[in-house]
Amino acid sequence: MIELLPERQSQVLRTSSGAPATALPCGKASLAGSVSQRACVFCGSRVVLYPICDALHIVHGPIGCAAYTWDIRGALSSGPQLHRNSFSTDLQELDVIFGGEKKLESALLELIAHYQPKAAFIYSTCIVGLIGDDVSAVCKRVGAKTGIPVLPVHSEGFKGTKKDGYRAACEAVYKLVGTGDTTGISPHSINILGEFNLAGETWILRDYYKRMGIEVVACVTGDSRVADIRRCHGAKLNLVQCSGSMTHLAKMLERDHGIPFKRVSYFGIEDMSAALYEAAKFFGDDPTIMLRAQQLVREEIAAIYPELQRYKQKLIGKRAAIYVGGAFKAFSLIRILRLLGMETAVVGSQTGDTEDYRQLQEISNPGTIIVDDSNPLELAKFCLEKDVDLFIGGVKERPIAYKLGIGFCDHNHERKEPLAGFVGMLNFAREVYASVASPVWQFAPRRANRRKEVRPA
Amino acid sequence: MNAISQEEEPRSKNFTSTRNACKLCTPLGACLVFRGVEGCIPFLHGSQGCSTYIRRYLISHFREPIDIASSNFHEESAIFGGSDNFQQGALNVMRQYEPQLIGAATTCLAETIGEDMPRLLLDLREKYGDRVTAPIVTVSTASYRGTHMDGFHAAVKALVEQLGRPGETTGAVNLFPGMVSAADLRLLKEILADFGLNYTLLPDYSETMDGETWSQYQKLQSGGTPLKAIAATGSAKASIEFGRTLAAGQTAGSSLLEKFNIPRHLLGLPIGIRESDAFFQLLSELSGRSTPVKYQRERGRLVDSLIDGHKYVFEKRAIVYGEEDLVVGLASFLCEIGVTPVLCASGGRSRHFEEALREAAPLLPAETLVKEGFDFAEIAELAPLLKPDFFIGSSKGCSAARELTVPLVRVGFPIHDRIGGQRVLHLGYRGAQEIYDRVVNALLEVKQESSTVGYAYL
Repeated sequence: MIELLPERQSQVLRTSSGAPATALPCGKASLAGSVSQRACVFCGSRVVLYPICDALHIVHGPIGCAAYTWDIRGALSSGPQLHRNSFSTDLQELDVIFGGEKKLESALLELIAHYQPKAAFIYSTCIVGLIGDDVSAVCKRVGAKTGIPVLPVHSEGFKGTKKDGYRAACEAVYKLVGTGDTTGISPHSINILGEFNLAGETWILRDYYKRMGIEVVACVTGDSRVADIRRCHGAKLNLVQCSGSMTHLAKMLERDHGIPFKRVSYFGIEDMSAALYEAAKFFGDDPTIMLRAQQLVREEIAAIYPELQRYKQKLIGKRAAIYVGGAFKAFSLIRILRLLGMETAVVGSQTGDTEDYRQLQEISNPGTIIVDDSNPLELAKFCLEKDVDLFIGGVKERPIAYKLGIGFCDHNHERKEPLAGFVGMLNFAREVYASVASPVWQFAPRRANRRKEVRPA
Repeated sequence: MNAISQEEEPRSKNFTSTRNACKLCTPLGACLVFRGVEGCIPFLHGSQGCSTYIRRYLISHFREPIDIASSNFHEESAIFGGSDNFQQGALNVMRQYEPQLIGAATTCLAETIGEDMPRLLLDLREKYGDRVTAPIVTVSTASYRGTHMDGFHAAVKALVEQLGRPGETTGAVNLFPGMVSAADLRLLKEILADFGLNYTLLPDYSETMDGETWSQYQKLQSGGTPLKAIAATGSAKASIEFGRTLAAGQTAGSSLLEKFNIPRHLLGLPIGIRESDAFFQLLSELSGRSTPVKYQRERGRLVDSLIDGHKYVFEKRAIVYGEEDLVVGLASFLCEIGVTPVLCASGGRSRHFEEALREAAPLLPAETLVKEGFDFAEIAELAPLLKPDFFIGSSKGCSAARELTVPLVRVGFPIHDRIGGQRVLHLGYRGAQEIYDRVVNALLEVKQESSTVGYAYL
């Protein structure tokens, strides 16, 4: 029997029909000993900036933080592969005692001379926050010597949550914005913020916008170059996909450069189409953009629809649990599952905010469990209670599902199949189908013992 | 072999930074050890990220749940100390997981602010005595001191020192195998049982980190070294410890020798024929029985296969990397079969690496490069000059091997680009057989695929 810790109970709720949405107390530090699925501030910064492929990324601290983030994202580059390395000052005991500034400075000078990056990001880890290294001063000196932007990222692990890491990343990358030449940028131009080119997703999206006649100035940070980011203030509209990580950057661009932003999602037919129409509407001065968008959507849907229908027939009535990093992705996933005839019975996130959870309650069926900052025991409890057939999450959730004989789809940043765009919808449907329909589950003890109950429709 | 001179060696050693580390941080090793103890939950005293990163990394290899609790430091704890967080965390873990033991390891954050773990335990008992339902073992694992192997050995030592009890000497032996695979641990148990020995194998994550699918939810997967067996380490008649580079170090075995006068037998990881022979020989002495026929046959089949395949491997050049003791074992075996290790590299810095290598592998050519404190960028830079025929080590050598289009034989940890890392067998004659077959077949595959004729017989 799994019981919730009393301190955790307020972060779990169950929707009931007709009841108004309630405010979930989220955004808190994780409860000690609760085995949160969250990582730390450093993790937030590192994942967001990681795909900038012609920059040097160096982790200032002992080896762990760099080792665990070596080439872990599926963020692809069409050019330089520098981002896929793991550079660390690998601080040793003496460095901790006497300070790591000198080591950092030599490390930077050597790496910049050798790899010729267009900028360098220096991630501070827990230790650096304690031993008092003046990382900003080192960055300034090295920047002056090398002539490239050398940017500190204030990502000490204990100084907040992963969300604070996103913010620190936005602050660091924003120092590049506004330093490039914007001549020649089309009046119909956008930036895509919070899209990381996992498995080449940015390329799919860029192709869509190109077909509509819209120029993508920069994708921050998927397959991005320092030069793109420098001139991204020349775009006319920002589309923010991973809103949890990049809304802060969008707000700064709005404040200083007057660029409006809109939240979009590229997952699922409905949200993907809406994202394209959103940009087309914004550039209403050229009505052909909307016409092209409509044609694109028609063509793309027609290409995937028959296969989707085939999967839907096999998936109707199946139940799913969703646990993701940012809550915004969960909205899309609920809609995608509905399109496939499936019901979401459990939905949660590591870093959702009050508004996210309010909206989740509104779009969820009555009886859905909604949870903030959950942990393995709770997730297992909810999966068992709702007897789900599928779990959508990241690598840390996978074994929870598998051990209980539940299908699993990875929708996290390590994925190697593109899930964005129309083609991504099809890939995802295939994966859901493969996860649920595989014959292996018949041998999983819990599934084999499962009562052949008649499920409510 | 063609050696490369010092001048030709790239000047990568001049990099101050570590580029693509060939090591992991100390708490990872400790967490794995604690999950090899029955009913024990690992607990990291530090930031939330440490436990999450380590969980993710271990899951990617073992494909099993591993719940690691955290005291989840925030800014105030970093300034005023993490005592409150530790207490709250420990109590929550006890309430939620009902563990038999908490294995508390520090992180660089806790170590830097000078957390006094024994003091924290006293405070916890004083304040919440009635709610403290499980013992806590603590180990100091600052990640700026050593690698995951140091964390691993330190955790084994801490368990033995804090839970081992003296008593009248029994006939049992302690076996501290080091960081080996789940399949290796299962083999070791089989061997010890076949010799009729009572034993404590510590750690034993053969079931916890390579278990079955559940019929019912398990808060902590079953299996692991029982606490009673750890207590009994203090009354064993002998300790066996794998790892030639540990000779000078303070380990579980050396601690039991000092405290309880239990003889310590330090062997290399039993990889290949001679190192396995030494292990079976020792078990024979300790048990008073000769090596069971089953293992004699395994050895016989292994030798027979080495003869069958010797032409395919002779003077092939291998780059060997990973934890120091693993590299020592692998190099020893490779030399036995006629393969030339051209580079033996590790991210560890025991200062005994080369010495241990030369002892275990007397046939290792003098020109073989032996590198401590090395990283994968350095390996990748040296590799083209060394013209290897294959790499042998963890998944992390993949990109360097791919660059040269030579095969990588995946062994050790982590293997996260293939399935079954936890089931790779390295030890004993059976493990040597598995590694041998894989090495030969990797080379045959190259031969077949690169041939224009497309030989169907090789």
